[in-house]
Amino acid sequence: MSFLIFENSYFLVTATGVMNWFVGFLTTFAIFAIMSLALNIQWGFTGIFNFGVVSFFMVGAYTSALLTIGAPGEYENYVMGFELPIIFGWLAAMISAGVLALLIGLPTLRLQRDFLAIATIGIAAILRAIALSTEGFVNRARGMNGIPRFLGDVASGPDYKWVLLAVTLITLVIVYILVEKLTASPWGRVLRSIRENEDTAKSVGKDTVNYRMQAFVLGAMIMGLGGAIWAHRMTSIDPEAFNDLFGTFLIWTMVMVGGNGNNKGAVMGAFLCCTFWFGFPLIQETLPDFLGNKVFQLREMSIGILIILFLLFKPNGVIPEKPKISRHL
Amino acid sequence: MEEILQLTIFGIVIGSIIGLGSMGLTLSYGITKFANFAHGDIMSLAMYIAYFIVVDIGVMGPTVFSLSFGWGMFLAIAVTVILLAIFSVVVDKLIYKKLRRDRSNIVTMAIASLGVGIIIRAAVTMFWGPYARLYVPGIHEAVPIAGSKILIKPDQIFIIGLTIVVTLIMYYLLYHTKLGKAMRATADNPDLAAVSGININNILAYTWAITGALTAVAGIMLGIQAQVYINLGFNLLLPMFAAVILGGIGNPWGALIGGFIVAISSEVSTAWIATGYKPAVPFVILIIMLIVRPRGIFGSNI
Repeated sequence: MSFLIFENSYFLVTATGVMNWFVGFLTTFAIFAIMSLALNIQWGFTGIFNFGVVSFFMVGAYTSALLTIGAPGEYENYVMGFELPIIFGWLAAMISAGVLALLIGLPTLRLQRDFLAIATIGIAAILRAIALSTEGFVNRARGMNGIPRFLGDVASGPDYKWVLLAVTLITLVIVYILVEKLTASPWGRVLRSIRENEDTAKSVGKDTVNYRMQAFVLGAMIMGLGGAIWAHRMTSIDPEAFNDLFGTFLIWTMVMVGGNGNNKGAVMGAFLCCTFWFGFPLIQETLPDFLGNKVFQLREMSIGILIILFLLFKPNGVIPEKPKISRHL
Repeated sequence: MEEILQLTIFGIVIGSIIGLGSMGLTLSYGITKFANFAHGDIMSLAMYIAYFIVVDIGVMGPTVFSLSFGWGMFLAIAVTVILLAIFSVVVDKLIYKKLRRDRSNIVTMAIASLGVGIIIRAAVTMFWGPYARLYVPGIHEAVPIAGSKILIKPDQIFIIGLTIVVTLIMYYLLYHTKLGKAMRATADNPDLAAVSGININNILAYTWAITGALTAVAGIMLGIQAQVYINLGFNLLLPMFAAVILGGIGNPWGALIGGFIVAISSEVSTAWIATGYKPAVPFVILIIMLIVRPRGIFGSNI
């Protein structure tokens, strides 16, 4: 799996090791915070039950990779490979994820809520099947390797991690401000009204399906961007890495832990869950032997327990959404 | 033609598994109104409990009726059915009951079921490791049906036979017992059932128990047909939802027939498309149904 760089605690013995781990961790957190903000637009604000987050993550990652990587080598088989500047990859990632959302949304956004979840989880499975089975498309299970780094020529070797961290953090801040402005606007108010009661929103003349589509596409575009950043950060991606647990359910947990419908909560949730997910393997040595080699299963299980505990005892998350009533009241 | 017939036979075997699993899924869906995303993982849990009984404890015994397994497997099926019935009721009492009391919406319940699924998958991988296993090692030979070139394994005949038996039991239970009548009434209109003196909590518990039992049978059959592997259950989740929606949510016979339709069309499709795209077939059926007729072919109670 491509996130194995975190799964080894031995290099934590030196000060540089700690620093490297921490910079890498913050970069990952920033990417996941972007994903979590995107899901918050869809689920937190609009109530769109998207269980296929990983679809948009994956499409964004592959689009950007295919456009910016070099032509396929002898044992590789994929389309494109145009060596475009990475910023085009990012833009194309957002566009392709948005178009995918449009295509998925047209037939499914009218559906009852849990039907939408079933449909989106299915689309994720099919996209993985296509990536794995289609010869000459995205190099199947071998994955895309040697994806160029963003601003890779600015700094070299050990200094590059700071460039990457700065880029992802700046992107996160831009996304955060954008989402905050949008959700505080009258547009965001319509989304919340759809979430609370779609019929009421309809009765005051709002075209609710259209608004749901806008929120779905916007969220998907941001997820695509997250995927693109992820691809250039990892420099190699493969279909198996985009599994439901890592690419969808972990991000759901972030939104639920942080608090639905609250952007600060989404970022906070991303931070808490990333600390948990990537910090968990570090306690491996302190665990008794019979648990030590089961640390990843233990971590997976804890995510499940976390989801249930929050639903049962803190359904509004760490930072609950502030009730917004008219300022005249 | 022979290829199509062979694929159809194979589809009937897989359809038996998906059909029984979907029957369980649709019963709990119809009465609790939420999509249980843990259903596939509970199926996997069943195949591992049976594995624990026949291999880890080792009660398999010599093979019988040219099947690949012995009497121990029958014992394992019985024990797993009871264990999973209890398990399903306990999960409902521990988690879903509180959510119902909090008046949580169906989405919250669905996410909670997802959490249950993740816990089960992690727990099973913890105990048995991430690798595929077999109830009985070795290759089991298929035999031709009545002199034709179409092959079937004795194990697959067993799967079809067991499905018929379970379906008959379910028919008796739902249509010839008081419990079945109460279950159908509750699924149809819980409030009306409650004022008629039906104890809704008891009916819920019985429904979960029956769901657990059906899931257990389906899970073990899946283990016999393919192998014992943790992802198999989750991979069947989408075909099962497709079958449930095809048959109409809450309609067990619809789900059974839906299971056969989904499985046979998936298998037969491989005559024309690459096997890798097989998972897309149930999905296409699902999407068409959701758009054209979300209440299913045979009608639904929600």
